[in-house]
Order: sequence, then structure tokens, then C-alpha cells
Amino acid sequence: MDPDRQTELNALRPDLLRFARLQLRDASAAEDAVQETLLAALQGSHRFENRSSYKTWLISILRHKIIDIIRSQNREITASSLADDEDGDDGLTETLFERGGHWQRDAAPARWADPDASFEQRQFWAVFEACLDHLPAKTARVFMMREFLGFDTDEICKETGISTSNCWVVLHRARMGLRTCLETKWFVGAGSPGC
Amino acid sequence: MLSCREATELMSQEQDRPLTLRERVGLRLHVLICAACTNYRQQMSVLRAACRRFGSGGTP
Ligand SMILES: [Zn+2]
Repeated sequence: MDPDRQTELNALRPDLLRFARLQLRDASAAEDAVQETLLAALQGSHRFENRSSYKTWLISILRHKIIDIIRSQNREITASSLADDEDGDDGLTETLFERGGHWQRDAAPARWADPDASFEQRQFWAVFEACLDHLPAKTARVFMMREFLGFDTDEICKETGISTSNCWVVLHRARMGLRTCLETKWFVGAGSPGC
Repeated sequence: MLSCREATELMSQEQDRPLTLRERVGLRLHVLICAACTNYRQQMSVLRAACRRFGSGGTP
């Protein structure tokens, strides 16, 4: 194997590991997924196409490994564990909305200035990961299945045993939590490029 | 008339399923007169774009 590629692989390993950990929330399962990804990459069982970057290619292999792990674990999400998540939510919606369902005055969402510029900054992605990590575990898992692994809600229901309407509630809660976190920690708070 | 809270639920669900005609019209009416929810809708599409990018390894 060419030494440049070896160096590149080593440099990307922490990124892959964080990606897997965020989704699996299980250090040893994440380690397994990354090992298998590197093995598959080295054995060339997946072909690297120059159209995409090396990192993109590795992440796409890793995504498949994560899906395999999720499927094999067949981890059911019970109603009571979702209720725990709701408690961990700190009653977010209560702090955001008035009783009549309108935004609290100081909670009204701001317009996020120039998100594309944020996407180019490493610091933005560190905040993004921290916000994902801050979501309650079950909520985060459903959200990441939907957004990173490309499951539709029917597939999520099948994998986790939750109902479709529950799934929508969980996804809504995840998005609300994530945008609230990004707004305060990045777009409006410190580190923001200013608006 | 939808409340902001109900509007945010629909703005999440429109990312996961096609809304019914009634829901679409209700949401359109709401965002026309609500700047906060208009911003929320922008945030939902930024979030989706960020997830696409993150999930495909396209981050710097
Ligand atoms: Zn509104």
C-alpha cells in the first residue's frame, strides 16, 4: 500500500471513530465498525473511485457497517425509554413556546446567516457534533438513522419497534433540540460569523 | 389558524412525509404572517443540508 494512503488513513481514523460513536453510542461497537471499514478499504473489497474524496469513500463504507450493526443488534426502543428521553429534554418545548403555542419572545428563531460559510469551518462541525452528542440517546439514534443512514420512517419503525407517529414526534424533538443548540452555540452565540 | 408550535411539528414532518393539502395550505398561511416560523423553516433546510454533508463525509 502506498505510504501516502497509509498516512491519510491514519489521519482520518479519528473522524471515522467519532462518526461511528455518535451513532452507535457504544465505544467498542464503534471501534469494530471502524476496524472493519479500514479492513474493507485495504482489501479493496470496495473500490475507491476518484470522483469522491477518500474520506467520503471511507464514510460510505462505514455507513454500511453501522447499518449492519444496527440491524444485527435489532435494538428495540421501548415506550418507557422514549419517555426517559423526554425527561432528559428538560421540557425544551415548554421553554420555547407560550401556553397558547406561540414562540416565547426571546426564543423566536433567528435567520441563520450564510450557512454555507459555516459549513467550510471546522469549528462549526465541532459544535454540530457536540450538539448531536447532547441529544438524548434514543432520540439521537432515531434522528441519525433518518438523516445519516437514509432510513425512511417505515424502516425506522421496523428496526426500533416504535410507531410511525411516535417516530415523527421523536424526529421533531431531535430537530428542535439540534437547531436550538446550533442557534445558541453557533449562529447567534459566540463563534458566529456575525449577522 | 395554526399555532407556532403546531407549525414547527409540520415543518419537521414535511421532511419525512408528504403533507396533506390542508396541512400545506395551513402551513403556507402561517409562515406568510410569522417571521419566526419562516426562520425556523430555513433552519430545518440548513439542518438537512448539514446532515447530508456530515453523513457523506464532506466536512472540512
Ligand atoms: Zn409561527
